[in-house]
Amino acid sequence: MKATAIRAGFLTSVQDLGRTGSREFGLSVGGALDPHALRVANLLVGNGESAAGLEVTFGGLRLRFVDDRIVAWCGGDFEARIGSTVLPSGHPGLVHAGEDFSIASPSIGCRAWLTISGGIDVPIVLGSRSGDLKSGFGGINGRPLRDGEEIPLGKNPDRAAALIEKLRARRVASWKPSHDWSSTARREPSLRFIRGSDTNQCAPGAIDTFSTGSFFVSPDSDRMGVRLDGPRVERSNETDLLSEGVAPGTVQVPPSGKPILLLNDCQTIGGYPKLAHVITVDLSIAAQLRPGDTVRFREVFLADAHRALNERERDLAQFRHGIESYFR
Amino acid sequence: MEITPLGDCAVLIRVAANFDDAPESALQQVSATHRQLAAAKIPGMVELAPAYTTVALFYDPLTVITAGAPVGNILGWLEQRIHEAVSKNADSSADQFKYSEIEIPVCYDNEFGFDLDEVARRAGVDQKEVVDLHSGAEYRVHCVGFIGGFPFLGGLPAKLATPRRETPRKEIPRGSVGIGGKQTGIYPIKSPGGWNIIGRTPRRLFDPQKNPPGLLRAGDRVRFRPISREEFERLAI
Repeated sequence: MKATAIRAGFLTSVQDLGRTGSREFGLSVGGALDPHALRVANLLVGNGESAAGLEVTFGGLRLRFVDDRIVAWCGGDFEARIGSTVLPSGHPGLVHAGEDFSIASPSIGCRAWLTISGGIDVPIVLGSRSGDLKSGFGGINGRPLRDGEEIPLGKNPDRAAALIEKLRARRVASWKPSHDWSSTARREPSLRFIRGSDTNQCAPGAIDTFSTGSFFVSPDSDRMGVRLDGPRVERSNETDLLSEGVAPGTVQVPPSGKPILLLNDCQTIGGYPKLAHVITVDLSIAAQLRPGDTVRFREVFLADAHRALNERERDLAQFRHGIESYFR
Repeated sequence: MEITPLGDCAVLIRVAANFDDAPESALQQVSATHRQLAAAKIPGMVELAPAYTTVALFYDPLTVITAGAPVGNILGWLEQRIHEAVSKNADSSADQFKYSEIEIPVCYDNEFGFDLDEVARRAGVDQKEVVDLHSGAEYRVHCVGFIGGFPFLGGLPAKLATPRRETPRKEIPRGSVGIGGKQTGIYPIKSPGGWNIIGRTPRRLFDPQKNPPGLLRAGDRVRFRPISREEFERLAI
């Protein structure tokens, strides 16, 4: 059971919820840059939430299927189709054997998470199916998908089989999660952050500069981090610190004064001062930033970050419960 | 011990005030704390990342909440458990723990050691003396990071300290042994990098198909043994 990448797209890779337990050996957590979007998209096709899907960057992907599958996607403002039928974000859709699923380049945002019922069945390496593109393992041959490559799929779960029958006539389900969850790209977003521990390594006004300024996303941004250009965030001294742990969301300030917002493929340790940490809930929005975008930052307390995460999880539990009847 | 948030899913635990003055003692404290926390099974703890003077503890806030932490004070709840874990096991095991002692065979031929020349020039010695100094010292793994399995080794003879190259190389072959500032390290996989390369080991330092995937951990003792080109080829098979 497989699908074939007729066109692999700009940068497509297999990702699940990431690889934990190997930071001690220098491996980043990796996984979908927006794990929440992947979890939602998995629920939509009847998969377990941690199943592997495809992270599609800037679109250009065309997949051909050899059996009936439910597919769904969440993320930026893309146009996706099953054959010639439009599949909007957040709606499960049925792809028949022999049909193509395609996703074009986005008008806003840059990434989408595509899930396929049965999940992507590549081997689990160190606890995850995610492709680690930096260290070159996991996913499909440890690198981005290539034109013509086959994508191994798991067996359709019973839940998906039930939904396949229901969608025989109408192809695309009418139900979907809240708009915020399926369409995560924002114009000129404001990301919430908590203060970092090294603000004393930055000049007195640095945190103000960071929270009042408007920053542009540089072209050299990738899965490791979003590089920002804008008002210079001054450091109080030019010496880097002894390397210590960093995490996705950490905003560090290199000597250039241009902050870097770290994402899931970031190094496990770093020596640049940590000015701030973008809260986990808002990393869903950060994952959509593309070169040229404008972004702002707004300070909150750690407890606010935890409350936001807890609320989203409660809403997800409710959504999970609410869609049960579609899979029976 | 100082505990600060590292975002909303991790805390940074600082266990030593500085490194350069007392690297052995910092390493001892970090390793002890690492082991104490690993043994403690704090609810919601996901993993630990030790480095120089700190241990980063990653946690899942939702599991921590389920375990009884108030949503508004997860940090306080975790701090208490971290303190308990560290003090409970404070005097046990810390000193008896046996670190691995690992010998890394290195071929210091110029063909592999692109920057042997430069390191020798800066040190004001000949290439043979660079090799003697580098392979004569005992090193400790201070942390593993940067890329999968890359060990940062302390204990480099002061004479060999060489600043990183101004322009990093786009590709450094797997197994390359390099010097970056006061440290030495080994590129476990092909990677870009700015360290001065003085040799290459045939030994595999990182294999994601194995668990654990890395040969070296923080605290391990390392020595380099010079080998000939022939031995390199033999061991590389």
